[in-house]
Amino acid sequence: MKVLTDNLSTYWHGFLGTLELTVISGVLALLLGVLMAGFRVSPVRPLRAFGTGWVTVLRNTPLTLLFFVVVLGLPRFEIVLPFFTFAVLALGCYTSAFVCEALRSGINTVPAGQGEAARSLGMSFGQTLGVVVMPQAYRSVVAPIGSVMIALAKNSAIAGSFSVTELLGTYRTLNELGYSIIWTFVWIAVGYLVITLAISALFNLLERRVAASR
Amino acid sequence: MSTAAFTPLIELAGVNKHYGRLHVLQDIDLTVGRGEVVVVIGPSGSGKSTLCRAINRLEPVESGTITIDGVPLPEEGKGLARLRAEVGMVFQSFNLFAHKTVLQNVTLAQLKVRKRTKSEADRKARDLLERVGLASQADKYPAQLSGGQQQRVAIARALAMDPKALLFDEPTSALDPEMINEVLDVMRGLAREGMTMVVVTHEMGFARASANRVVFMADGRILEDRKPEEFFSAPNTERARDFLSKILKH
Repeated sequence: MKVLTDNLSTYWHGFLGTLELTVISGVLALLLGVLMAGFRVSPVRPLRAFGTGWVTVLRNTPLTLLFFVVVLGLPRFEIVLPFFTFAVLALGCYTSAFVCEALRSGINTVPAGQGEAARSLGMSFGQTLGVVVMPQAYRSVVAPIGSVMIALAKNSAIAGSFSVTELLGTYRTLNELGYSIIWTFVWIAVGYLVITLAISALFNLLERRVAASR
Repeated sequence: MSTAAFTPLIELAGVNKHYGRLHVLQDIDLTVGRGEVVVVIGPSGSGKSTLCRAINRLEPVESGTITIDGVPLPEEGKGLARLRAEVGMVFQSFNLFAHKTVLQNVTLAQLKVRKRTKSEADRKARDLLERVGLASQADKYPAQLSGGQQQRVAIARALAMDPKALLFDEPTSALDPEMINEVLDVMRGLAREGMTMVVVTHEMGFARASANRVVFMADGRILEDRKPEEFFSAPNTERARDFLSKILKH
């Protein structure tokens, strides 16, 4: 207990760092994931190819490698941003590939006739996807996207190795101060649990809400 | 085709399509005049549904031209969407939007495509639901309706766009026998009012009573295209005689 009470501010900053990384990268991942899923089912071949390439590259690259690419690669193109922003980019893009695939599997659960009916009424591709198909895909993707977001919260730990303040990284400071390594990690684990259980609860709530809306 | 007032609304010329090696539409020529009701019949796999779906390009064709009201079908995109809004379609499996109420099903495309105001779209939807006998069901979801009711909503949804023509792809084939008539009643009403209709169906009674022409298809070809009374009393081709003898027996 002492390790927590003595270092509340260190833990708190780490916790906030992980929370911020998770929330901001999560929003980015959702936006990009929706866009990429749209690309992957669009009738325009170059967009489909771009979406497929995006998912293939990002889903099959180790996240740590991706961090190196962003942190070391982007400055070569004169793109110099705070480490936090780099971390958000790496995490958000990486996670967007998984969001995209979860959405696409949801889109595939919607009968083809729904899209045909929408198109036969003169709706554009965007309207068909946005107003008819996605809302029906939504209910079957809430649970898998919840899992993706939990994975994101845990993946954010990698940012700690790239000079971003986050929860896991606090162990270095505490270790140097000579605290018990076991208790240090127990409190770190509790911090992650608070975030991941909160995400679980949020997505359970969403799931119940979409289930009730029909 | 002999009437003086005949103006073509839908024209297909030399249309071909394959599914893999199956030549599902073979050199199809078909003209549907304004206000005409054309019933397409034929055995399963004859290509009649594909023909119907090709008219609004839900099925792209490989060669030939399809013209609607003088305009050739454009490529996928805004132009095609505009044209589809002019040609309503009713599906075998209804395809009502499952997450929308009956009223919303009928207003959605009015709002999104025709850009009507909400009150205007609601008024039109309620009028049309009244007309198909479902005004009291407006706030229900499709899953809460019977098949016959769902199909009538689907017709109302298509009519809400004020289409120039309606395509029916086996509209009664998924229905219990007792519900077929309520859908056919609506269709007979539309035919009487002069709606241009292309109807793929197995309902020979509807073909006899309401069609101006019967088109008989088999193996991807149009074998006969004649007035219903002529076709049903004396089919020209052996294939049509055979088909009729099988379905009219019971």
